[in-house]
Amino acid sequence: MNPSFKIDGVTVPFEAGQSIMEAALAAKIYIPHLCHNPEFHPHGSCRLCCVTADGRSVAACTTPALDGMEVANETHEITTQRRLLLKLLFVEGNHVCPACEKSGACQLQAVAYHCGMLAPEFVHFYPRRAVDASHPETIIDFNRCILCELCVRASREYDKKGVFSIGGRGIQAHLMINSASGKLGDSHFSAADKAARVCPVGAILPKHRGYEVPIGKRLYDQESISQVGDVAAHQERDHGE
Amino acid sequence: MTEQDPIDISRLETAEHPQTLRRIAIEPLSRVEGHGKVTLLLDDDNRIRQARLHIVEFRGFEKFIQGRPYWELPVLVQRLCGICPVSHHLAAGKAIDQLAGVDRLTPTAEKVRRLMHYGQILQSHALHFFHLASPDLLFGFDSDVSRRNVVGLIERHPDLARQGVLLRKFGQEVIRVTAGKRIHGTCAIPGGVNKSLERSERDYLQQDIGQMIAWGEAALALARNLFLAAREQHRRFARIDTPMLSLCRTDGALELYHGELRAVAPDGAKLLERIDPRDYHRHIREQVKSWSYMKFPYLQQLGPEVGAYRVGPLARLNTCDFIDTPLAELARIEFRALEPGGLVQSTLAYHWARMIELLHCAEKIEQLLADPDLLGGELRQTGEMRPRGIGVIEAPRGTLIHDYEINPDGLVTRANLIVSTTHNNRAMNESVRTVAADLFDGREISEGMLNSIEVAVRAYDPCLSCATHALGKMPLVIELQAPDGHIVDRLIKDTRGELSR
Repeated sequence: MNPSFKIDGVTVPFEAGQSIMEAALAAKIYIPHLCHNPEFHPHGSCRLCCVTADGRSVAACTTPALDGMEVANETHEITTQRRLLLKLLFVEGNHVCPACEKSGACQLQAVAYHCGMLAPEFVHFYPRRAVDASHPETIIDFNRCILCELCVRASREYDKKGVFSIGGRGIQAHLMINSASGKLGDSHFSAADKAARVCPVGAILPKHRGYEVPIGKRLYDQESISQVGDVAAHQERDHGE
Repeated sequence: MTEQDPIDISRLETAEHPQTLRRIAIEPLSRVEGHGKVTLLLDDDNRIRQARLHIVEFRGFEKFIQGRPYWELPVLVQRLCGICPVSHHLAAGKAIDQLAGVDRLTPTAEKVRRLMHYGQILQSHALHFFHLASPDLLFGFDSDVSRRNVVGLIERHPDLARQGVLLRKFGQEVIRVTAGKRIHGTCAIPGGVNKSLERSERDYLQQDIGQMIAWGEAALALARNLFLAAREQHRRFARIDTPMLSLCRTDGALELYHGELRAVAPDGAKLLERIDPRDYHRHIREQVKSWSYMKFPYLQQLGPEVGAYRVGPLARLNTCDFIDTPLAELARIEFRALEPGGLVQSTLAYHWARMIELLHCAEKIEQLLADPDLLGGELRQTGEMRPRGIGVIEAPRGTLIHDYEINPDGLVTRANLIVSTTHNNRAMNESVRTVAADLFDGREISEGMLNSIEVAVRAYDPCLSCATHALGKMPLVIELQAPDGHIVDRLIKDTRGELSR
């Protein structure tokens, strides 16, 4: 008999070596997350996927599934913690959903809705971050970066370019671009790179093309993120077509 | 109004010894969009010595859109306003077409935008006439203040109130179908639109448009009859004689979405004719006054003293030669016959003109809904990037100018927005002074007299900021101060409209 564990009372089979997140995704159980993308090594940094496994709080994306394990995912307590994390993320950057072209197809916004966050609670930092529009086809709006490092991982592991990295520590941490000027236009980045398609928020976007999808037809307009999954997977599929 | 020696209203902008005068502030103005106040300085005999309309908001959009990508502009800048966001959306949309190097949209794109625009003007005009203005006109400027609001309208004229609500709802539905949301949706993208209409959406709007035209005719008849019921009084109330400015179609027709600038002098002479709106800065200048956040635009050829002009429905009905929809054209002919020798200058005629436009928009929507281009699939054109884009449109309240410059990366480096209400700044101030000069002639001050000042401002349907929306619930505090600053009397209107001292 295959090994299995339980998430919120539902039995989930898994294969040896799978993380709680991988097994849950395979079983179509949604565990909220931002920095996880099944195409890349798990990172465990956004902490949004934290669940309790046999009473211990662990990141679902980095913790291996164990036979007979009892995992709590969408409990009141865990959802409250996730909402808190999301509220902190929203005030750290400048996430102006009403005017953002990623609105409706943004994983941060969709997860926040899923977790019941309807308004900001904390004082906004309002950091001053300039937009980098130096590249002819792609724009980077650092105001919306949540430091998930998916572009860092995609550029390093898949594109083999190492265009992105995270510099600074703690609250000073920020996305950096590997070029003499620090500008995307002077780097080896190409709009065809995998790194152009993995951003879960509106930080890395194609130029000149915002708002092309009408309201009502955007990814999360009709179904919740718990049903349709990550925006990056859809961007990848659209790219392949 | 009383017969007396006429006061030179130009002397009422600044009094000579303001420290010796009594100050009354109407703050905030109610039943207008946004926040503003009127200050009146009176001498010991209750005669007016100074009257000013102040706009007390500061929005800062021109600054904080610097550094943003140009394609964000229609969606970002529409947040200036919760009442006419479509006007800002489309003016910015027209500007970013130019930035993207597109001079001509596909027929589908232009018609979808036009439909959205007509829906917007219809809903905005209905909102203003029924919700904000009609209580003054139906019940009297000095009627019981507790009932002189939309709730009083619902109680005493329920059918009328219902028509007002449903006309506005229809306009909002037109916006929703074209923009995805009733307020702050998306539609215009560089060189086109992001959707056309589906057949079901077209059919949905078509089923109600006949009723909307009928209600539009009734609203027009009401506005007309209310004006004519006290014709001479309404002709004179808050009246000032100014040039008028608007876009017109090349053949002289009323044009709300895209045309050429025309300005007409009080005697009917053309001051500007067939001017490319992108050359607005050659013909319009802005004056700054130390006491107001809002600038004072004027026609360059006439100078700041006499070059102030008016915009909006009254201006458009005066500048155009004809209207290309039959019911509105009949109404225009009757309207212009009020003043056969020149322009219709009565400030209260704004309401009548506004309802002619509401009917025109309903007729235009009917025409567009019958046009198969609305269902077309060609949504977007492309071109070579340009450094500057100037979008000019006729918003519900008048000519709206969005002027943007971008750097080669596509980020905004400079923005200049001249919104409709700004054009009317001097005119509203002069209308306030005219009413003050007529009424504040030594008699005891009453709430009705103060409301008459607001009636004059309200006729212009000013959008003093944008997002807030008061519906007559705004509290009002009137203070009477002695020359030494001591408060002699204090009248408070609470949010339920009840007065206390």
